[in-house]
This record gives sequence, structure tokens and C-alpha cells, in this order.
Amino acid sequence: MNTFFLSVALGLCLLMLFSLYRTLFGPTVLDRLIGVNAIGSKTVVILLLIGFLYERIDMFVDIALAYAFLNFIAVLAASRYFHKRKGLYEESFMD
Amino acid sequence: MDILVILLLLFGLLFFLGGAVGIIRMPDFYSRLHPAGKMDTLGILAMVMGLALYNLHHFSLESLLLSIKMFLIVFFVFLASPTATHSIVDAGMRAGLRHWTKKKRKG
Repeated sequence: MNTFFLSVALGLCLLMLFSLYRTLFGPTVLDRLIGVNAIGSKTVVILLLIGFLYERIDMFVDIALAYAFLNFIAVLAASRYFHKRKGLYEESFMD
Repeated sequence: MDILVILLLLFGLLFFLGGAVGIIRMPDFYSRLHPAGKMDTLGILAMVMGLALYNLHHFSLESLLLSIKMFLIVFFVFLASPTATHSIVDAGMRAGLRHWTKKKRKG
């Protein structure tokens, strides 16, 4: 079962690379924010899987809960910051 | 019980794959939020449910409390993920980003 958990965690890391593309090359700032949010929600599951691999799930479940909370706070704060801002440049496909 | 855990984990992985492909392939900022908001929530539900079921393999009071705590993560994500998505959409609307339309045919 440990091998299966390890391969699932590796698959999640591969999917993280897809979201990382949107974070790096997103046309607007908010696109990058979507990518960061998707990566954070995958990290919660990966932390639980690491807890099962190390057989310390009682510790890692708290870490995963704290990480979910921090991810939510970060996305909320960043999107509130861009409320009043007109500096989000226009997208290039609208010509 | 192990086969149920494996099926739930693969189901969640499938939904995460759909979310990742949608985030890459969708044409617009607003439509990209659709896979990002929905697929991640359902993927976390399936995968954490599978892991909590695996945790109940040797039943005791301690493992039951741990599984309840894992469901607390799912409950929090179900509250937080739509709130974060709505907040990003609100920021985009106020900043005046235009939504995607079909390209006009020339001539």
C-alpha cells in the first residue's frame, strides 16, 4: 500500500507542474493567483500522503489543516489587494 | 476495504487531472476559475475520504478521532474554496477585465 501512496503522491506532483505553468506564464496577475490556489489544494493531499508514508499521521493531519488555512488566507488577502488596482493589464488575445 | 481506498484515490486523481488540464486549456480568466474551483474541491473530498477510510483499518478511538479531524479539513475546504474563488472573480470584475468572446470574422 505504501508503494501505491508514493505513486499517487508523484502523480499529484506531476499535476502540480501543469498548474505551475499557469502560475509562471499567466497573462494577468489573477491567473497566477488561480495557479497558486490549485497548487495549494494539491499540497494538502500530499501532506496527508506523506503522513501515511512516515506513519506519523497524527502529526501531519494538523500540518495539513494549518496549510489549508494559510492557503485560504493568502488567496483572500492577495485578491483583496487587487480590488482597487487598475494596473491589471489587458489580455493579448482581445485584438 | 483496500480496493475501495484505491478506487477513491484514483477517482480523486482523475478529478485533479481534469482541473489541471482545464486551468491550462481554458481561453479566459473567468472560465479558468470553473475547473479551479470545482475540480479541486471534489478531488480533495474523494482523496481525503479514501485516506480517512484507510486510517480506520485498525479500529480504535484514536484512529476514529483522526478520521474525524481529516473530515474537518474537507469541511473547511468546502467553506474556503468557493469563498476564495468568489473573491478572485470579484477582484477581476472590479479591475475591469473583459471576458472572452468569439473572434470576429474578417471581411
